[in-house]
Amino acid sequence: MADSRISVAPEARRGEPFEVRISIRHPMETGYRTNESGEHVPRNVIRRFSCRYNGTPVFAVRVTSGIAANPYFRFFVTARESGALDFEWVDDAGVRGEARAEVKVV
Amino acid sequence: MSRWPIALAAAAALSSPSVPAQQRALPVDALRSGLEFAGSDVRGIQADDVANPGFLWVDRGEKSWRDAAGGKSCASCHGDAAASMRGVAAHYPALDPSAGQVIDLEARINACRVRHQGAKPLARESDELLALTAYVAYQSRGMPIAASIDGAARASFERGRVLYVTRHGQMNLSCAQCHEGSWGKRLYAETISQGHGNAFPAYRLEWQTLGSLQRRIRACLFGIRAEMPRPGAPELTDLELYLAWRAQGLPLEAPGVRR
Repeated sequence: MADSRISVAPEARRGEPFEVRISIRHPMETGYRTNESGEHVPRNVIRRFSCRYNGTPVFAVRVTSGIAANPYFRFFVTARESGALDFEWVDDAGVRGEARAEVKVV
Repeated sequence: MSRWPIALAAAAALSSPSVPAQQRALPVDALRSGLEFAGSDVRGIQADDVANPGFLWVDRGEKSWRDAAGGKSCASCHGDAAASMRGVAAHYPALDPSAGQVIDLEARINACRVRHQGAKPLARESDELLALTAYVAYQSRGMPIAASIDGAARASFERGRVLYVTRHGQMNLSCAQCHEGSWGKRLYAETISQGHGNAFPAYRLEWQTLGSLQRRIRACLFGIRAEMPRPGAPELTDLELYLAWRAQGLPLEAPGVRR
């Protein structure tokens, strides 16, 4: 499955904040459920989600089981230079996800 | 003596196709999508193509559409879905001439896989099938529902109509009692909708995932403690066709968002 959907404004003004939005496919299994056979479903949530802007960390979240499936993050970053936003996340099963979005600063 | 002709006339009226295609269950100006019964938060998620998690499945469906792993991809025959699939979902469920029966969009996709791609059918409610269904349905977003109940589809439509008005389950309720007679009223914390399927496949917050209209119908049947037909059962397709006829003219919202 496509792992994420990202929305970043096509152009950002230098020195001003621009909006970043990302929706990630993940079941965010809480660990509190049983399956149809009554067996415990182990917890599997995204543990950490972070975003780097041209290598510099600008946003990070320690995610817990209180967050719904397919989490959606929205935050603002101050535009400095044109470049890339690198998103990275890892879940309890150790599965890593990553995505990249280009930023154009004018 | 004189009572018989009346009884026979009444029986004849019941058994003849009693609902002409142009007639409607709900007048056009009374038709209301489930979206109108949803809160502003749910409407906001549906309206935003990034926040709407249903698009994660649409994106995946777009990849599957072009995936030729089995030899032929969907695109090998149908080309660009934005052109070839535009309006298609609005006409489903539809008659499959070679099978001689009405099938829904999921069954259509599976039939294509088996007949033309030499692939195995995808399981109902699997992410793969939901993704392809959502991608195809998305090509008709905003277009009015216009399923045909003519010709050989008529029998399926009539079966669906009977199911819709028949009481089921321990609660002894029919679909019509809630969605025809009581829409707009409250059921616990919910407002009862008119029961249209125009948002499906839809992301239901309760499910935390995308689901088909059949899954939604089964959830209703569970609610009234009725026996649930298996996913893909012909009764569910009949109901889907009746619902599509009932919702004719409502714009397709797939991938919709519902509580």
